Amino acid sequence: MLKLINLILITSDRKHCSISFVLVGVVYTYICLVNALFMKNIDIKSLEEKFQKKIDADIKIEPNDWMPDNYRATLIRQISQHAHSEIVGMLPEGNWITRAPNLRRKAVLLAKVQDEAGHGLYLYCATETLGADREETIDDLHSGKAKYSSIFNYPTLSWADMGAIGWLVDGAAIMNQVPLCRCSYGPYARAMVRVCKEESFHQRQGFEIMTKLASGTKEQKEMAQDALNRFWWPSLMMFGPSDADSKHTDQSMKWKIKRHTNDELRQQFVDITVPQAEMIGLTIPDNDLKWNESTKSYTYGAINWDEFWQVVGGNGPCNKERVDARRKAKEDGKWVVEAAMAFANKRSAKKSA
Amino acid sequence: MTQDKKDWPLWEVFIRSKQGLNHKHVGSLRAADSTMAVENARDVYTRRQEGISIWVVPSNLITASDPSDEESLFEPSASKVYRHPTFYDVPDGISHM
Repeated sequence: MLKLINLILITSDRKHCSISFVLVGVVYTYICLVNALFMKNIDIKSLEEKFQKKIDADIKIEPNDWMPDNYRATLIRQISQHAHSEIVGMLPEGNWITRAPNLRRKAVLLAKVQDEAGHGLYLYCATETLGADREETIDDLHSGKAKYSSIFNYPTLSWADMGAIGWLVDGAAIMNQVPLCRCSYGPYARAMVRVCKEESFHQRQGFEIMTKLASGTKEQKEMAQDALNRFWWPSLMMFGPSDADSKHTDQSMKWKIKRHTNDELRQQFVDITVPQAEMIGLTIPDNDLKWNESTKSYTYGAINWDEFWQVVGGNGPCNKERVDARRKAKEDGKWVVEAAMAFANKRSAKKSA
Repeated sequence: MTQDKKDWPLWEVFIRSKQGLNHKHVGSLRAADSTMAVENARDVYTRRQEGISIWVVPSNLITASDPSDEESLFEPSASKVYRHPTFYDVPDGISHM
């Protein structure tokens, strides 16, 4: 501002009378601007306070309500990444639809994969209520800007992996999603209620596959154990970084987007799952796992966080394959989107004729 | 309704869960036209017998009240307790009222 005034003084050396005019104008505008900015800050502060009061009183936030920009951005990030996880999650299981061991298993797996597509759609809808553009969020997945659950970057090598995914991966997802049914943002919470209702079948069908294999021939049991060995640790990583390294947790808890910390949910998952493994005669691949009588919970071994960050960072076994598959699906499906639009226009022209 | 945009428009979906109940809003979806929106809604929102009837409405045709007007819009009804039957005293011994 001072620079500007100096410039005016220098350039209009011979127009003394107009200088004072300009100066008064500049100063006046400056005061108005500062004032407006100040008022706006007060306004936003009071809106933020009102907003937090609603959250504290467990009143849900709906799409048209005022919300802080960061709340909106956090939700768009979280919900779209959740949606991407559902959609990318179809790939490792889709891999086994044609090779399911019998017709019953095939029908079940098809229904499950179709559910995952549905879950993705509920969630993309929820991001749209926040003003996000659906195609843009999908393009963010394809460009690598948006993440998805790291678990889907592991390959599905045997049929038993379908059991391990249903039992462990969907089990961990349920553990994460049940508290999200009480999330402060209405559309996300409602989508989660639907998702949770459907996920419980997913977990049961997975556990059924594991139970059958674990009580089958020696080779079948080995196959089940091998799947557990490969999916156990990545399942624990699904809950995200440890509380000490989780940068979003504090604010998300304050906004009631999140209700429990990553470590709390992870512990809950371990405590519930370990007895299930014992029941069907499988061994959790963790030598440090032991029951702690004083805390009434299991102590588990150290998680390989290096592996976690590598996979999140794009260097997991299947990251490239997964994103390539999604990108190809969008490109190859473009003509369907366009054809449907052309057909709709033709149909409406016929109707109005 | 001819669409110039290449993206499918957004539709709000309402489902009647059984005969005798209202259609209830369940969410939204994208589809090229209303017929396809109904078909998509069938796949997305009724995979487990959640409904027997579907309505779809273009999202941009919905007019909504503004949440910031909430007070002036709904406050007038708060002060009219005499609109509720519990406002009135009924003498003991009177029944069927």
